[in-house]
Amino acid sequence: MAVQDDIADRIAGFALFADLSGPQREQVAHVLDEAWFSEGERILRQGFSGSGLYIILEGTAAIRIDGVDRSLLKAGDYFGEISCLLGEAPVADIVAVQPLRCLVLPSSQVESFLKAQPLVMFRLLQGEARKVRTTTKWLS
Amino acid sequence: MAQLEKLPFPPGRYPLIIVGSGPGALQLTYSLGRLGVEHAVLSDDPAPGGMFRKWPVFQRMLSWTKPYTGLDRGSRTYERYDWNSLLADEGAGRAVMPRIMDGTSYFPSRPEMERGLVTFAEACSLRVRFGCHWESTSREGDDFVLRTSDGDYRTPLAVFAVGVAEPWRPAGLEGVPHYGELRPAETYADRRVFIIGKQNSGFEIATGLLPLARQIVLASPSATKLSVNTHSLVGVRARYVQPYEDWVLAGGVVVLDTSIEEVKRTGSGYRVRTRSAKDGSVLTFEVDDVIAATGFAAPLRDLAQLGVATFGQSRLPAQTPFWESATVPGIFFAGTINQGAQGLKKHGIPSNSGAVQGYRYNARVLAAHLAETRFGMQLPRPHLDATDVIPRLLAEASHGPELWHQRSYLARVILVDPGQGIVDDGIVPLAHFVDSAGPDAVAVALESNGRDDPYPAIYIRRAGTVTEHLLEPSPLLDFESSNYTKALITALDRLLSPSISQPQL
Repeated sequence: MAVQDDIADRIAGFALFADLSGPQREQVAHVLDEAWFSEGERILRQGFSGSGLYIILEGTAAIRIDGVDRSLLKAGDYFGEISCLLGEAPVADIVAVQPLRCLVLPSSQVESFLKAQPLVMFRLLQGEARKVRTTTKWLS
Repeated sequence: MAQLEKLPFPPGRYPLIIVGSGPGALQLTYSLGRLGVEHAVLSDDPAPGGMFRKWPVFQRMLSWTKPYTGLDRGSRTYERYDWNSLLADEGAGRAVMPRIMDGTSYFPSRPEMERGLVTFAEACSLRVRFGCHWESTSREGDDFVLRTSDGDYRTPLAVFAVGVAEPWRPAGLEGVPHYGELRPAETYADRRVFIIGKQNSGFEIATGLLPLARQIVLASPSATKLSVNTHSLVGVRARYVQPYEDWVLAGGVVVLDTSIEEVKRTGSGYRVRTRSAKDGSVLTFEVDDVIAATGFAAPLRDLAQLGVATFGQSRLPAQTPFWESATVPGIFFAGTINQGAQGLKKHGIPSNSGAVQGYRYNARVLAAHLAETRFGMQLPRPHLDATDVIPRLLAEASHGPELWHQRSYLARVILVDPGQGIVDDGIVPLAHFVDSAGPDAVAVALESNGRDDPYPAIYIRRAGTVTEHLLEPSPLLDFESSNYTKALITALDRLLSPSISQPQL
């Protein structure tokens, strides 16, 4: 009997986890919790402490700042990493636009998780670099 | 003491139906009854108790009831130290557990827990139709139709309090005995036992088999967490840490962070192949027994076909902050299934809704919510003087059992409404308060960050916007000193009238 893990299989297609082996993905799937949010529900709250790193499994979410939607997030995208890395409250609300299924890592565990998974850390750094590049282009 | 009525609630239509007779269902029917909400209760079981009629397998709880606290056991404050009694407003139903425990442990035995629930049901004259098996569910107009072994029941409001006790295994472990199928402990004497899963159920079995098994291996992909490190119910509880110490100090137990690649029968035993996530190395174990301590799922039968969304390995139903299905209005949940309403889950710390000491309060809040929103009742809300607000908030943070047991989840709310004045709105789900519109108000919750001592969190709603204000932790867990009063005077300065803006120390 070969033992299977649905979440480990599902995240194999996400850029953030693309470099991991099967057992590594399984370990990640066991470390992260799963959460579900209704349409219109806030996942991160602007100015509130105690956030986390979220990876979207299914659904769509909006980045909302002071009530204005700025961008959409979809399956495979992640959010909350900036507030986790800086140890600060989120500067935006993240709101489910459709029912949203996510994996979650509490902010207190992000540092140890990334150090234990350097391949994920590198992919996350690439993602942050793309965001900086987009912002720089937008400002120039 | 009153005997339980044998067969109340014959098939028919009821304004509300509860399915279940574990602690969540018992608390809800008690609280609804006190409010005068007509309802029926159906249960497959022959008597009250739910999962505590058979589990935990090693017959002792991991939640405690502290008998000596210097507090009146009938008081609300005592509830903070008694994690196992259900909540009665007065009389013989209050603080049942310390009365019936034999005093040899502050963890009740399973039989004591079961007896406590029966005692509560009898003392409060609760009515349940036992032996009534819920078979299927359908819609008929605005009603749900519950088909049961006793006939059809119709209702516009159904509350499922059916526990999270259906054994769950990942694909590939179908033939492996589950936690719930453990043989008598003595049959594991001098055997090599491989336990898949490193959460409480796995460590409970390992603890129970320590004096018997020749070798115990505990394995799962992620590292073991201990509750004493997470400062929450996340992780293995202190009662079950002994196998961990044996691993660290003696080697009679092996604890592995590894993927289980294959479990294969070999004659009278098993061969288990594992692969390390760290370096890909493979280990093969020849063992006599394998036990899947891989968790449990909610037995929701056909509710998914009605549209009830579920998530996670435990197939918990997605719920609103008031424990209604997020996708099928009119279906609610009580008891340990309330874990599906996750609340703010700040710092990754879940509520205690998976345990009696948490969901007993959810049930009481749910009863009030149903009474007001579905039965047109207006429950009394006491008015407060402005000078009472800060002492009330700080007293709740220091002593309120709802806040202590349901951190960052349930809050005491005080409304500051030009129309009504200052009103105590009672205990409210924090997620509802911070995400819904309403008059200006203040809420207090107790919070933890997994690192420091607990601290009060104040949420202030002004002109529809909610802001968070965290107070300092207190090593003595006393939030009624002048420092906290000063902090609240500053935080509430713009919300409350100038009459209390001056320190009254």
